[in-house]
Amino acid sequence: MDDLLNEFLTETSESLDVVDAELVRFEKNPTDKAVLDNIFRLVHTVKGTCGFLGLPRLESVAHASENVLGKFRDGELKVSTEAVSLILKSIDAIKTILAELEANECEPEGNDKELIDRLNEVAAGKAIAAESPVKAVAENPSNEKKASSSPVGTSNTFADGERKVEPVLNRDLLPGEVSLEDLEAAFNAAPGPDDDHVPAAPAPGTAETAAADAQHADRMEKEEPASQPDPKKAKPAKIDAAVKNSDTSIANQSVRVTVDLLEDLMTMVSELVLTRNQLMQIVRDQEESKFKAPLERLNLVTTELQEGVMKTRMQPIGNAWQKLPRIVRDLSHELGKKIELQMVGAETELDRQVLELIKDPLTHMIRNSADHGLEQPKKRAAAGKSELGTIKLNAYHQGGHVIIQISDDGAGLNIERIKQKAISSGLATEAELEEMSDLQIGNFIFKAGFSTAEQVTSVSGRGVGMDVVRTNIEKIGGTVDVRSTTGKGSVFTVKIPLTLAIVSGLIVESYGERFAIPQISVIELVRASENSEHKIEMLRSSPVLRLREQLLPLVYLSDVLRMKRKGPAISDVDALQNAETSGHRPKDDFVVVTQVGGFRFGIVVERVFDTEEIVVKPVAPILRHISVFSGNTILGDGSVIMILDPNGIANMYNNNSVEEEEVKAEAVSPDEQDKKMSMLIFRAGDGTPKAVPLSLVARLEELDCASVERSNGRDVIQYRGQLMPLVRISENCPLRTEGRQQMLVFADETRTMGLAVDEIVDIVEDVLKIELTTETTGMVGTAVIGGAATEVIDVSHYLVVAFPDWFEESRKTRVKAARRILLIDDSPFFRNMLAPVLGTAGYKVTAVENAEQALALRDEGITFDAIVSDIEMPGISGFEFASMIKADERWGDTPIVAISAHGTSDDFERGRAVGFSDYVVKMDRGALLRSLTETLSVYGEAV
Amino acid sequence: MTEKGMQPDNSAGAVNIAAKSDYVSMVVGGQLFGVPVLEVRDVFVPSKLAHVPMAPPEVAGVLNLRGRIVTAIDLRQRLGFEPRDEGVQVMAVVIEYLGEPYSLLVDAVGEVLSLDATSFERNPSNLDSRLRDVSEGIFRLEDKLMVVIQLDKVIQLLNGAIAA
Repeated sequence: MDDLLNEFLTETSESLDVVDAELVRFEKNPTDKAVLDNIFRLVHTVKGTCGFLGLPRLESVAHASENVLGKFRDGELKVSTEAVSLILKSIDAIKTILAELEANECEPEGNDKELIDRLNEVAAGKAIAAESPVKAVAENPSNEKKASSSPVGTSNTFADGERKVEPVLNRDLLPGEVSLEDLEAAFNAAPGPDDDHVPAAPAPGTAETAAADAQHADRMEKEEPASQPDPKKAKPAKIDAAVKNSDTSIANQSVRVTVDLLEDLMTMVSELVLTRNQLMQIVRDQEESKFKAPLERLNLVTTELQEGVMKTRMQPIGNAWQKLPRIVRDLSHELGKKIELQMVGAETELDRQVLELIKDPLTHMIRNSADHGLEQPKKRAAAGKSELGTIKLNAYHQGGHVIIQISDDGAGLNIERIKQKAISSGLATEAELEEMSDLQIGNFIFKAGFSTAEQVTSVSGRGVGMDVVRTNIEKIGGTVDVRSTTGKGSVFTVKIPLTLAIVSGLIVESYGERFAIPQISVIELVRASENSEHKIEMLRSSPVLRLREQLLPLVYLSDVLRMKRKGPAISDVDALQNAETSGHRPKDDFVVVTQVGGFRFGIVVERVFDTEEIVVKPVAPILRHISVFSGNTILGDGSVIMILDPNGIANMYNNNSVEEEEVKAEAVSPDEQDKKMSMLIFRAGDGTPKAVPLSLVARLEELDCASVERSNGRDVIQYRGQLMPLVRISENCPLRTEGRQQMLVFADETRTMGLAVDEIVDIVEDVLKIELTTETTGMVGTAVIGGAATEVIDVSHYLVVAFPDWFEESRKTRVKAARRILLIDDSPFFRNMLAPVLGTAGYKVTAVENAEQALALRDEGITFDAIVSDIEMPGISGFEFASMIKADERWGDTPIVAISAHGTSDDFERGRAVGFSDYVVKMDRGALLRSLTETLSVYGEAV
Repeated sequence: MTEKGMQPDNSAGAVNIAAKSDYVSMVVGGQLFGVPVLEVRDVFVPSKLAHVPMAPPEVAGVLNLRGRIVTAIDLRQRLGFEPRDEGVQVMAVVIEYLGEPYSLLVDAVGEVLSLDATSFERNPSNLDSRLRDVSEGIFRLEDKLMVVIQLDKVIQLLNGAIAA
């Protein structure tokens, strides 16, 4: 019984899927007799088999819907959407029961009276007019007699409508009453020889079967030509059908085997492939080997075997599509849209494992296209399009991949709304979006939690859709991508590997370790070296490559894998040194151009070997958290290597770039981390990059060189209605004479100054640590910023160049009595930077290095109007210093403003507690000045 | 991962030790350890160990054992011993946990000892915590003490460390 039931379940669910699809076809084209016949036959088969197996509940539902179908077939009932919906519903009911059946091996309790009643109403109600009572009763003369135990209403309703419809038919079929009669009717009605419904054959010996057989044979002769069985429906691989019908030769040639067996075979073939590879590798190294010839043959056979076994796992993608017509039909009713689903390339084959995994994402995307993509008919009409929206599914092979395109002729993606959504959900800033192409913006829909549907419908709009689709597709090594034209529609392209078990992988090396990159993600390979046209350039610490007029972001594989300064592989001193100062790398590198979704980037590796067929094996559970690996494999030479997951790399690279930065900073010097600040990097004069704290720069401007005028021996330009001096970085670097000149603008409230520079390179957040002080005027010193030696300029120097009276002037004009400020900071840079800033604002600044020096000034009896003190200082810290000051009456009333790289509220509180009047973040020049003004006005002239 | 909590506390001692059991003895950092002989699938000299970047430090790499990929766990690292010098030969003891093969890298593998439960006792209270985490108890051998390793703990705690 078990086997029988299994067989039944498999076949029935297959049949039902077909019914679903066929019904939709039928609804569109009610005159297509062949389709109807086919549906009828399938439902009939289900019904018949149920009776056979003693599944009354199933049978009664199938029976009632068959009834209606029968009416259709005989033209007694007009095909209506409602009727079809009802039948679809009953198919659903059957599926539900089947699912239960599969789980529990028995029919669930309950009945489907309501559904059956409605079906019967449809059948009866509308049938009355078209009734033809005396039709062909004689056809089944023996039926009644054979019906062994049918107590009531045996004269019911044969679905084929050959019988007169009696009111009695409204009763439910009861468990005991099934069998023979219906069965016979089933056979009677079943047109043609394609008998899917005889899986019961393996249970011979029951009287029913025999009777049915006899009857069946009988009918076959008579009814043979009644309807043409659709040859496509003559599914192969039905042993029992073959037993029945010796004339269907196709069935004889196929065998049903379990999937497990195929999986096992595949695993073994995978192992064989590996071993073959190993052998080949060994023999390749030997000039003369007697193994050569046999190995060659083994090679060939293995390849063929591999292909053969792969083929057994292949299924047409149409299998995954079967449910779609039904879904689209339901959707079109639900949404009130007219939708046509076109399917091209259903015969395209792919591995069944992949097929299973692609089913749900596909369904989801179709739903999406129907719901979001296509507009309401009115809207379509208004846009000059046909009211009937089209969703097209197209599958084809390309290389080792299957491409599935889901296109609709709807409105296309609403780029504006996606932008808004991206901003509101914090996925991107407006500025970032400005830079992006529509294609890139479109790909936001694959981000988690992203749904632009204004309303959450039952169909879609919950924002859990496309990201899941993407995740699922990427899980199987596929990619998904969207292109859209506003008003014309969108095209989703899914690229998936033919099979998961064996993939082709590009073997690369970085730091002496080899890795495999799945070929599917690799677009091209570029060799980059110092002197070739492809050269890796650094934008601060971010490597990029110019590739066909576009910048390609790069990641060093060694960085991704954090392989720096680690492992025995670094043998040459050069590489070691390079690793120390990121930014300078080995001269020759290979860039593996990789695409993940719409994101294209390059993975920099040191060597590239050839492509190998690799068998993907999952990594051990304790390594599974490492997202950059998708598996591992054994190469031909027997060594184990890790398979890189480009998705993982891309994600890590995209999401964690900030984190990465922090890690790097930590590596440099953890205790310096506090002092990170934004620096503007530019070039001027010689090639050395130069830096200035961003907070000091008011604006970046570009000016026309022709607008530079000379006045009083100085370069000036008209800037915002004023004359602005333009200074050069040094005397011996002239201004450009033509084209555009870039400049940094420094400003205080009344005056501005331009500093001419050659090129603005980047804005970098980094630790500023002056490594070398310098005698060069205009420079504070040299620091390593973003991995490169950078000169930090002394802005105060240039301010004085521009306005020799800058400091004096401000003092005179803006501060009545110059306030004296004591500035304490251990960093010479900050002293050099803040002193002019404060000076500019009109304060008289005394700068000291540490608290000890400040206390010495106090002991000398010098007084100040305010003290600006750093918090993090060697020796006496800012907090300690403040308490000491407050505890002593000499400076006890002098307000102290704390400056620190920290801006946490804890620090703030602590600062207050020990007596700081205010607390500002170091590089916020405006805040410092404001704070001083406020502080001093509070303390007033009293001090 | 809280497998640790789900695991019955095995430190109860002799309860789990049959009257006479066989252990594969091995040396890690001068200390003698034992693993029930039935747990050991294989002992071999690993040839090529592929480093796995970004793996936990205890994971020495992955290696190929007759077509199977085995994750190697360096017991020295795992149990908090000094790392061994470069180039020193190690031995790999292959075990299985939840159907997944792992190899424990040890300094040396000794003979199989058939030990009597009477010489077994639970962990002394002052046992180093890294050992206590994985130790089932101690066998008093004539001249040495042997720590019985609970293999599941070796792997599980590693898992836990990752999740944390």
